[in-house]
Amino acid sequence: MLKLPPVLASLTRHKLTALLLALQVGLTCAIVCNVAFMIVHRVAQLRLPSGVAENELVMIENTDLKDQAQALTRHNADVAALRDIPGVKAAVAVDSLPFSHMDWRNGISLVPDGPSRAIASAYNGTPGELAALGLHLVEGRDFLPSEYIPMGTAQDWNGLDQISVAIVTRALADKLFPGQDPLGKVIYPSEKPVRIVGVVDHLLQPRLSDDGENEYATLLPMLPDSNGITYVLRTAPQDRESVLRRAADTLNQLDGDRILRYPQTFTQLRADYFRHDRTMIGLLIAAALCLLFVTALGIAGLASFWVQQRKRSIGIRRAVGATRHDILRYFQTENFLIVTAGVLPGCLLAYALNLVLMAHYELPRLPVTYLLAGVLASWLLGQLAVIGPALRAAAVQPVVAVRNP
Amino acid sequence: MFGYYLTLAIHSLRRSRIITALMIAAIGLGIGASMTMITVMHMMSGDPIPDRSGQLYVPVIDPYPLDHQKSKNNIVSADMTWVDAMYLLKAARAKRQAAMVTGVLPIHPAQSSEHPFFEFGHFVTADFFPMFGVPLREGSGWTAQDDQAHARVIVISDDLRRKLFGNTSAVGRTLRLKDTDFRVIGVLGDWQPQPTFYAQIDDRAFGRADQFFLPLQTAVELKFDASGRMACWGNNGDARLSDHCTWLQFWVQLDSANEARAYRTFLNDYCRDQKAHGRFPRPANAQLYGLMDWLANQRVVPDDLRMQLWLALGFLGVCMVNIVALLLAKFLRRSNEISVRRALGARRRDIFLQLGIESAVVGFAGGALGLTIAELGLWSIRRQPDGYAQLAHMDMTMLLGTFALAVIASVLAALLPAWRACNVMPALHMKTQ
Repeated sequence: MLKLPPVLASLTRHKLTALLLALQVGLTCAIVCNVAFMIVHRVAQLRLPSGVAENELVMIENTDLKDQAQALTRHNADVAALRDIPGVKAAVAVDSLPFSHMDWRNGISLVPDGPSRAIASAYNGTPGELAALGLHLVEGRDFLPSEYIPMGTAQDWNGLDQISVAIVTRALADKLFPGQDPLGKVIYPSEKPVRIVGVVDHLLQPRLSDDGENEYATLLPMLPDSNGITYVLRTAPQDRESVLRRAADTLNQLDGDRILRYPQTFTQLRADYFRHDRTMIGLLIAAALCLLFVTALGIAGLASFWVQQRKRSIGIRRAVGATRHDILRYFQTENFLIVTAGVLPGCLLAYALNLVLMAHYELPRLPVTYLLAGVLASWLLGQLAVIGPALRAAAVQPVVAVRNP
Repeated sequence: MFGYYLTLAIHSLRRSRIITALMIAAIGLGIGASMTMITVMHMMSGDPIPDRSGQLYVPVIDPYPLDHQKSKNNIVSADMTWVDAMYLLKAARAKRQAAMVTGVLPIHPAQSSEHPFFEFGHFVTADFFPMFGVPLREGSGWTAQDDQAHARVIVISDDLRRKLFGNTSAVGRTLRLKDTDFRVIGVLGDWQPQPTFYAQIDDRAFGRADQFFLPLQTAVELKFDASGRMACWGNNGDARLSDHCTWLQFWVQLDSANEARAYRTFLNDYCRDQKAHGRFPRPANAQLYGLMDWLANQRVVPDDLRMQLWLALGFLGVCMVNIVALLLAKFLRRSNEISVRRALGARRRDIFLQLGIESAVVGFAGGALGLTIAELGLWSIRRQPDGYAQLAHMDMTMLLGTFALAVIASVLAALLPAWRACNVMPALHMKTQ
């Protein structure tokens, strides 16, 4: 076993340099811990299941240029025509989808005119929306055809005051009625009571936030009756592109007095939504790697300086009986001490950084496992970086001791 | 002496090429990353309308119910209800004032054979043009009387004019939006404030330019859909014309601090008056935000960019510590050489100068590398389809700033090592020879 005192004594002769190296290791450890945490956090968001059959859906935004009064009739005709396209399993008209940014939110209260217990996004569509989107109904039933009511876009969305039933997500049900069976319970998205008839397991809001309420959503039996609408088609994954092309042609043949925009697959919609996050993840990874690289190079650079500087003393030690292994161990221990001196304040700094990030970026608290991983990684990085110079030191011949400098 | 030290420095740097390259790479990477982000932030937090921003204010009144959830991060909502906006407009207590909202409308090309297309525009009131100093290359804006009369008039951008009418004049021509004909009365000159400060600040604040402007009252009469956030509470009557849906933006021009103070008093009086009539259940606390304060409050620079800047600066910090340690080791290794020079009569400040110049050389090389990396970084940002991407250009200030940062960083990094090195004891080191 190597004795620590000689290593420490030698380090005190390079106090400032060793301190700087420790500082660098500490800073790197603190930043990389937080960066790694942010990467994991973002990747988790990227992977949130939307609840719909993502790789079977395609969509197209349609705006009629005609009188809005006839919108419902035209939507029905459009949907009927779209269903006839070969390969289309289902077609519906909806007002919004997860990741579509079009978010209609209502405060949900449990008594008339009461305080809102949760703010939920409303999804509205023509009959069959549940099946067409591939949502999983885990309790209760789908809407009955008789329950659908026009949204009343031109009349201040007064459909909301006329519906009698709703389907909610599991997350919203748990929030509103914790530990109870939500089926049959009454909620107030507006002034009139609405009964919960079904529960779906997952459905994300049209735009996500970091508040943990991303699945607070309701499906309402309201027929979208504005001129702007999104048609969603369900098809086999390999038919998506061809169905999308046929859909635009079919709609234009039916009636050209419309503007069709953003024909895309749900996969594209999702990719677009998270484009910034993907860039950010790439940048975070690059930053972490650059930091580790620079720190490793710094450690290696300093170590090789020190090896050159101490060639004579290494030679003397070898001459008086130290083995190559002893020399190797000496430099490894030295590195271990410096890195340890750096990571301990580094961990504190990591927590401090995390507190700042929590205040400004709605990040959760940094789990201790990241700090442990950070410490281990710093030790490993230090040992990897020092191994080259340390081996060179071990290769110094005892004869160097007697040579003139 | 300077030339000699420079030669010495280059000679010394060449002796340990790998370490030198490492130092230059570290400082270059740190500076490059930092300058890329600083440039983007500098461009994005710039003044969109420099000659007028000092006189433009956003009035904030709070008509929301007691249980209304405030947004996180203290982002204020200045959106107004139709009732409040129209009151402030008619009261005309500011030098100029305008209400406005974003609209997206299908535009029918003059040749009916072509397909209609959507464009972003704004529904505004008459003062919009004089208040923001909007330059018009032909025609003019409209008057408050036109607002009252719900005139079917429109001001279009030059891009839209070219797209619709080619190279001919557009004033007097007719343009069909959705299902209504409008008479073109003006064409915008070169006016594309970045960000579009007068609209709701969202992820489209940069890079978008409004293609048309038409009277707000006309748009409301024709039931043209406004786009953007709309918050409602309670429901009776037409949401858009009600006193319980906020969706309009409102700007005022106030030329002096006194006018601003008076206007704020006026707003507070209005809030108290409304309170007496059963509206505005929350405490009356009207605010006036100056344009730049407003943009800062609305987080016009996305949080992610801010985070990227801090990350880049943190990286630069680590690189700096790295360089300080390496220079220290390098200089102290030359204790013998320094001791000989000191013994031969060199003063401490000569040694200090020599070592300082050596690290400044590293700084210059690092600065040049950093500049290249920053240009690469900005180029890659410009290739992103973001609205702010086109702003990512380095101007002269930023260019000089990069070099200054590089040299200052490396000279700062050299201070401590050089000071330590010029304090070596000549006798001690000569003895060990």
